[in-house]
Amino acid sequence: MLASPLLDVQGLQVEYQTPGGVVRAVDGVSFQIRPGEVLGLAGESGSGKSTVAHAITRILHPPAVITGGEVHFRDRDVLAMSDTELANFRWREVSMVFQSAMNALNPVMTIGDQIADTIVAHEAVTRRDARERARELLDVVGIEARRLDAYPHQLSGGMRQRAVIAIALALNPPLMIMDEPTTALDVVVQQEILLQIEELKERFGFSILFITHDLSLLVEFSDRIAIMYAGQIVEMAPAQRVFDDPLHPYTVGLMNSFPALTGEKTRMSGIPGSPPDMRHPPSGCRFHDRCALVQPMHTRVVPLLREAKPGHFVACHLYDAMPGSAPAADVHHLALRGR
Amino acid sequence: MFITLRYEVADMQAHATPAPPPSARPPLLEVRGLGKRFPVGGIFRRASVHALEDASFTLERGRIVALVGESGSGKSTTARLIARLVEPTAGEIVLNGQNVLRSEPRAASLAYRGAVQMIFQDPFASLNPVHTVGYHLSRPLAIHGKSRGGKDEQGAIEALLATVGLTPPAIYAEKFPHELSGGQRQRVAFARALAVDPAVMLADEPISMLDVSIRMGILNLMERLKEERGIAYLYITHDIASARYIADETIVMYAGRMVEGATGDELIGHPAHPYTQLLLSAVPDPRTPRRRQPRARAELPSLIDPPPGCPFANRCPHVMDVCRQTMPGVESIAAGHWVRCHLYGPGSSSANA
Repeated sequence: MLASPLLDVQGLQVEYQTPGGVVRAVDGVSFQIRPGEVLGLAGESGSGKSTVAHAITRILHPPAVITGGEVHFRDRDVLAMSDTELANFRWREVSMVFQSAMNALNPVMTIGDQIADTIVAHEAVTRRDARERARELLDVVGIEARRLDAYPHQLSGGMRQRAVIAIALALNPPLMIMDEPTTALDVVVQQEILLQIEELKERFGFSILFITHDLSLLVEFSDRIAIMYAGQIVEMAPAQRVFDDPLHPYTVGLMNSFPALTGEKTRMSGIPGSPPDMRHPPSGCRFHDRCALVQPMHTRVVPLLREAKPGHFVACHLYDAMPGSAPAADVHHLALRGR
Repeated sequence: MFITLRYEVADMQAHATPAPPPSARPPLLEVRGLGKRFPVGGIFRRASVHALEDASFTLERGRIVALVGESGSGKSTTARLIARLVEPTAGEIVLNGQNVLRSEPRAASLAYRGAVQMIFQDPFASLNPVHTVGYHLSRPLAIHGKSRGGKDEQGAIEALLATVGLTPPAIYAEKFPHELSGGQRQRVAFARALAVDPAVMLADEPISMLDVSIRMGILNLMERLKEERGIAYLYITHDIASARYIADETIVMYAGRMVEGATGDELIGHPAHPYTQLLLSAVPDPRTPRRRQPRARAELPSLIDPPPGCPFANRCPHVMDVCRQTMPGVESIAAGHWVRCHLYGPGSSSANA
């Protein structure tokens, strides 16, 4: 549990500096990923979860600017890296899998060449050896080796996503960032790819930062979950704990936002209102205008992420007074009342 | 133990199934053997995509039928055919006893369009960015003669917005789509459909593009309109859990075919078709322990001139010779539960495969 972190993000702050004003998309986000761990980052559109991923790998482009915080990878300062260092850091240490495999792949190159390119760019190997490695990688992700010379359009959506995962695996990096890797896929294909990723993780031992809006998937797939709302982490805990015992009213509301497949049918209410406009985020607790338990003080004072129960962090004023003895049952009950 | 149990919110009484109307009255909407083939290929090779084959179901007033399936299963095609955005190549659509493909063969009449409305998946694309919400609602009111313009129209618009929960309505009427969130836009889409006072709404993935926290609000709105106005829905989704939540009957589609139908609980509790079983095993659901089924190949078969037989045959763990040769018929296996699979056909012994 207390292995030294692979990735350590502290107080990360990212702003989109647009002519219309500054939008702080990520505001003081801190988390760590340990070796071999899957950290799930959940949030709705505009919560800043993808911006976090882009900041960690330094692929943000203006108007997005990192305006504060620190990112350390194995004690190296990622935000201070030169372009050369970054070129080595990316893909060798951290690789990325994005939602739209169709856009991630070059339509006029065969997938074999694209995998080989990645290897040749980072390692002193011959093209022939790189292609041989590409063949092995395709096999590892469950694509027949004869597809080496296939173009992306000749593959199904699931196969393309597997090819992208093969590229991400090419240099055997210790950390993979997966941003909604299965969102565009059907559930049966999604299940296959997730099982495949789990197998690969067992085999190669990499860590994953898994970003998605799909909480039910995240509870099954990740070790810990961080919930983002309006640019901030509002709750972070082991996955099953987030599901069984959510503390933040937003998380409670999210858990009441997707119907169960089995069991008794209960009326689900979701969360009233809409996610905030980040050009004008609400004052104090950013969830206050959608929260059933709001107090006048919550609209003024920003709650800090603190350990309400061992290993269970929450940023909510309801837990201010009573560290370690949080009134969880009441929050669950009350957060949903009066809807 | 589970959070849902802790709230102790009242059970969904809405799911108490109303008794079907006396058989003297024809069903509200009946679809029989509906099909669509799209021609593909050039001069020398005539082929067609079998997007939908032999789809049949009945929709009664105040009921919700869900079509569940993956992309390419034909569920959206079904809705588009019923909306008559695309003309069917086979089958019948019978609304209130009237065979509309025969009585209005070229295009749907105003009366039909007034009775059958569609809600699209993407509320960012279904509203015109240069028009206000009020304008979007004024058009169906005018075209279908539901208001006399002026104050009457303004009142109708505000009543519609209030019905879908956009209050204060006068303010929302002035807004442009870009000023609204996804959930609010989808509410406008519902208001626009309601403007013509339809009997049937075809909702094509109405919540899948929305943020998780606001999806239930839209589903609950659908349910309320069903209760208050007796609107019948064809609810199209890839999310079988949401189908169970809201629908009276759920039909599973695969590769252009309806393969199984039952109530959501029956379907999830006793899935009969091997495809339904595969689909259910793949749905992430933290409330139930992980179920790992033997893997099936994930690839959908080609819909271009498919071979005879069951479309699931090449992936099915229980495949038999007959599956590749003849299309299975519809077999009733329990009250209100039917399946299209040779495992359950006459003379088969392995009915619980």
